[in-house]
Amino acid sequence: MQITVTVNGTERTADVEPRLLLVHLIREVFGLTGTHVGCDTTNCGACTVRLDGTPVKSCTLFGVQADGRSVTTVEGLATNGQLHPIQAAFKEEHGLQCGFCTPGMMLTGAALLEKTTDPTEDDVRWAISGNLCRCTGYMNIVKAIQAAGRAMQDEKAPEPAGAAS
Amino acid sequence: MATEATEIRGVGHSVKRKEDDRFIRGKGTYVDDVKLPGMLHMAILRSPFAHARIRSIDTSKAGALPGVIAVVTGELMAQHKLAWMPTISADTQAVLATDKVRFQGQEVAAVVAEDPYIAKDALELIEVDYEPLEAVVTPQRALEAGAPVIRDDKEDQKDNHIFHWESGDKEATDKAFAQADLTVSLDTFYPRSHPAPLETCGCVADLNPATGQATIWMTSQAPHAIRTVFALVAGLPEENIRIISPDIGGGFGNKVPVYPGYVVATAASLLLGRPVKWIEERSENLISTGFARDFYMKGELALKRDGTMLGLRASLLADEGAFHADAQPSKLKVGLFHIVTGSYDFPAAHVVADGAYTNKAPGGVAYRCSFRVTEASYLIERLVQNAAYELGMDPADLRLKNFIKPDQFPYRSATGFVYDSGDYHRAAKLAMEKLGYDELRKEQERARDEGKLLGVGMASFTEIVGAGPSADYDILGLKMNDGAELRIHPTGKAILKLSVQTQGQGHETTFAQIVAEELGIQPEDVKVMHGDTDNTPYGLGTYASRSTPVSGAATAMVSRKVREKATKIAAHLLEVAEEDVQFEKGRFFVKGAPDRAKTIQDVAFAAYTNFPAGTEAGLEGVHYYDPPNLTFPFGTYLVAVEVDPDTGEWNVRRVVAVDDCGVRINPMIVEGQLHGGLTEGFGIAKMQLITFDEAGNCIGSNFMDYLLPTAWETPRFELGETVTPSPHHPIGAKGVGESATVGSPAAFVNAVIDALAHLGVRNIDMPLTSSKVWEAIQQSSAGAPAG
Ligand code: FES
Ligand code: FES
Repeated sequence: MQITVTVNGTERTADVEPRLLLVHLIREVFGLTGTHVGCDTTNCGACTVRLDGTPVKSCTLFGVQADGRSVTTVEGLATNGQLHPIQAAFKEEHGLQCGFCTPGMMLTGAALLEKTTDPTEDDVRWAISGNLCRCTGYMNIVKAIQAAGRAMQDEKAPEPAGAAS
Repeated sequence: MATEATEIRGVGHSVKRKEDDRFIRGKGTYVDDVKLPGMLHMAILRSPFAHARIRSIDTSKAGALPGVIAVVTGELMAQHKLAWMPTISADTQAVLATDKVRFQGQEVAAVVAEDPYIAKDALELIEVDYEPLEAVVTPQRALEAGAPVIRDDKEDQKDNHIFHWESGDKEATDKAFAQADLTVSLDTFYPRSHPAPLETCGCVADLNPATGQATIWMTSQAPHAIRTVFALVAGLPEENIRIISPDIGGGFGNKVPVYPGYVVATAASLLLGRPVKWIEERSENLISTGFARDFYMKGELALKRDGTMLGLRASLLADEGAFHADAQPSKLKVGLFHIVTGSYDFPAAHVVADGAYTNKAPGGVAYRCSFRVTEASYLIERLVQNAAYELGMDPADLRLKNFIKPDQFPYRSATGFVYDSGDYHRAAKLAMEKLGYDELRKEQERARDEGKLLGVGMASFTEIVGAGPSADYDILGLKMNDGAELRIHPTGKAILKLSVQTQGQGHETTFAQIVAEELGIQPEDVKVMHGDTDNTPYGLGTYASRSTPVSGAATAMVSRKVREKATKIAAHLLEVAEEDVQFEKGRFFVKGAPDRAKTIQDVAFAAYTNFPAGTEAGLEGVHYYDPPNLTFPFGTYLVAVEVDPDTGEWNVRRVVAVDDCGVRINPMIVEGQLHGGLTEGFGIAKMQLITFDEAGNCIGSNFMDYLLPTAWETPRFELGETVTPSPHHPIGAKGVGESATVGSPAAFVNAVIDALAHLGVRNIDMPLTSSKVWEAIQQSSAGAPAG
C-alpha cells in the first residue's frame, strides 16, 4: 500500500505491507531509531510517538493508519538545532539512565505540557503512567517534566511580571 | 605560569551526564538500531511444554516459505558441535533442543529470513511432535525419590540435585542455640522475579567468510568474558572475535549470561555468510532469560532474653531451573549468601544450601544484586524484625543493640568475610530522625486503638560488592579483575578505555570524574570508551555493583601511573629534580615556589614534543585491578505504610533511605541509582512475580501479567547519606547500584507485617498483593468470627 505520512514536518511516502506496525514503519522504513520497542503488548510506552499531536503507542497501530497524518518522534522534538525544553530538562534533572524509555517519556511529557505548563506531581505521574521506566524510579522524570514546564512559561512570557514562579 | 583556579569537577561533583546528549536526541545506538547491508533476521521457535520428549521436527514447510533462507534445528547445530553450550556455572545448556525440552519457552528451532515478519510466519509452519512428560515445577518435588530426572542428558546425573554447600561453623552454632533463652524462626520464600530491563536481549552477528572476522553486537553486560566463552565454545580464534556491547537499555543482571539466541545467530551467520539479527520479544525475554531468586529460606535466630544475638542458622533450597546457569563466582554455589549475618555481631552462624533442577527457565542471575546478597539481606532483616516482636522489643532497639560497632571494623564475620568499614548506628539513627520514628510509633498506637493499621518497617542492610580478590573470585576460571587504559593526547585531552560496560549507570561521566580527580583534566575532556572488546582492556564486566569498586579503582590507579610519568616530565620542564615537584589537581609546581608550575596540559604536550632524554614519548598506561577485598556498602531504610483492614490494600506513606556507599563520585548519579533500586525493591515486594502452574506454564510472560511499578504507584523517596570511605579502595568508593534493591524489599514487607504484628501475623510471602494481605488478616486473630 502506498502511504504518505508527515514525519517531523517532512512529507514521506512509502509502499508498505498493510500489517507493518507503525513503530516498524518509523524505525525500519524511515530509519528513525529513536523510537524503541520494549514490550509488544502496549504496556511500556517505549514506542510512544505523537500522531497528530496525541501520544500513541506506535507498536499498537499499523503504519497505514498514519496515512495522511502527521507523526512526531523524538528526532522531531528539537527545532532548528535548539533542544526542546523537555530535552534540556531531562539532562539537567538526571531524568534518564539507560535512555531506552526516554524518547517515549519526553513525548508524553511534552504533550502534557502543551495542556498545562504547571502540572502537579500527580498530574505528571498520571500522564506518564503508561510509560515504564526500569532505571530511574520516576522521581527525576517527574522533576524534569515540571522543570520543563517552568522553562516553557519563562520562554512564553518574557515581559509580563509574575508569569514565572 | 600560574593556572587559573578553575575548579576541577572531580569526585563529589554532580556533573551532568555526558551520555545524555545522544539519548535525549534519540541518537543512542542500541542493538536493534544496528543495520548492516544484506542483514537477515532470525526468530526462535520455543517449546510450548515444560517437559517433553521431541519425537520429530519437520521444517520442510517453513523452509519452503518464500523469503526464508534457512531453518536451524538442534540436529544441524549438533553437526557443528554446537547443540550444547557451557553455562556460567560450568553446567551445560541446550542451544537448540535435540532430545527433550526442559522448560516452557526453551529454544527448539530458528528461522532465518529476509524479513522479521517472514521469519515469524515461518515459525508457525514448523511441525514439532512432542511427547509430554511430567513437569517438575518445585524444587521440593524435584528432590523427591521417583521424581522424573530432568537432566538425563548428563551421564552421572541420577536425580535432580545439583549442589550442596555449607558455610560457617555448625558446631559453634549448635552450641549457641543450646545456650539460647529464645529462638525465633522464619520460613519464607523469595519468589522468582525477572529483571526485565526495558530493552530485551538481542544481537547482530556478522561473520565475514573471507576474513574469518566475527563481529557481534550484543546486549551484554560482560563483553570480554563472552568473547572468551565464544572462542572456547565455537572454536573461533579469539583475536578474530569482536564483541560490541552498544548502548544497552538496562541490564540488572539479565544481560550477563550467554543465551542460545546469541549462539544460533552467530552460527547462522557463519553458515550463511551474511549478518544475522536476532531481537527477543518481551515474552521471550520473560520466559526464557535470566530469572532471579526463587529461593526457599528458613532462618533461625538464637537470642538471649535481653536481645543479644548468639547465633544464626539458615537453610536454603534454590530452584535453579533446567540448566544451572547461576551467575556466581565458581567457588560459591549460592554466591555471597553467607553475608546473611548482615549488620549484626553474631558469634556463630551456619548456612546450608542445596540446589535443584526443575522444569523452569534457568535462573539465579543476580538481579540488581551481588550474587544472592538480596536473599540474604531479606532473610536476616525479616528475622530480626520478627525476633523483636517475640522479645517485646522495638525492632529498632534490637538492631541498635546488636549492630557491629564502629570500632570493630575491619570486622571478621562468623562466615569469614572481613567487612571493610561501617557505622551502622549513625545511618540507622539518621534514618529514624528523618522519619520521625518515635512519633510514628506513637501514632501507630493511636491508630490501632481506632482500628486502623499503620506499620513501620526497617531494614539495616549490609551489602557486599566488588567481586573480587583473585584468590577467591573467578568465573569459569577467569579472575574477577578489571582493567582501565588511559591515554593523554598532546592537547591534554584524554581517552579512558574500560573493561566494564554501562547499561545506564553513567560510566562515561563518573569514570571521567575519577580521572579528573587524579589528574586534573576536566571530565568533559576525558572521553570514556567501553563495550568494544577490540578497543578496551580485558575484564569481567558490569554486574554485582563491581564497576566502581574494581574498574573505578583501576581508573584511579592508571591515572596515578600516568601522573608518575607526568611528574618526571614536569620536573624536566621546570628544571628541578623530580622530588622537588609537587602535584595538585591539574598542575605540577616546584615545592616551596607554587608559582613555578606547569599544567597537566603543558606536560601532556611536552610528552610528545619535549620529553627528557631516556624517557619514552607519550603519556599513557594500563592497569588491571585486583581488589584486596570486597567493599561493604550499608544503610538503613524505613518505610511507613497504611493497610486497609477490609481489603488488604496497602499504601506507602513514607520511604526514608539512608545509604552509605563510601565516597560518592557523582552524588546526582548515586541518588538516581538509589531511586531506581528502591523502585525495583518496591516492585518485588508488591507486584513483580513470575510463577508457574502445575504443568510448568509460565504465568507472567508479558507486562500485562508481570506487573512492574509505574510512576503512579511508585512511592516518593526521601534520601539521606552518611559517608564511611572504604579504606582499601583508592578513592574510598564502595559501589551503589544495587544497595537499594538489596535493602528495600525487607523494609517494605516488614512495614506491612508491622502493621499486622499485633494480630499475630509474622509472614506473608512476596509479592504482598492485596489479596495475600487480606488473607493474612482473615487468618489472624482479627479475622476471628467476632472481628
Ligand atoms: S513497545 Fe509499544 S507499548 Fe511497549
Ligand atoms: S532510563 Fe532506562 S528505562 Fe528509563
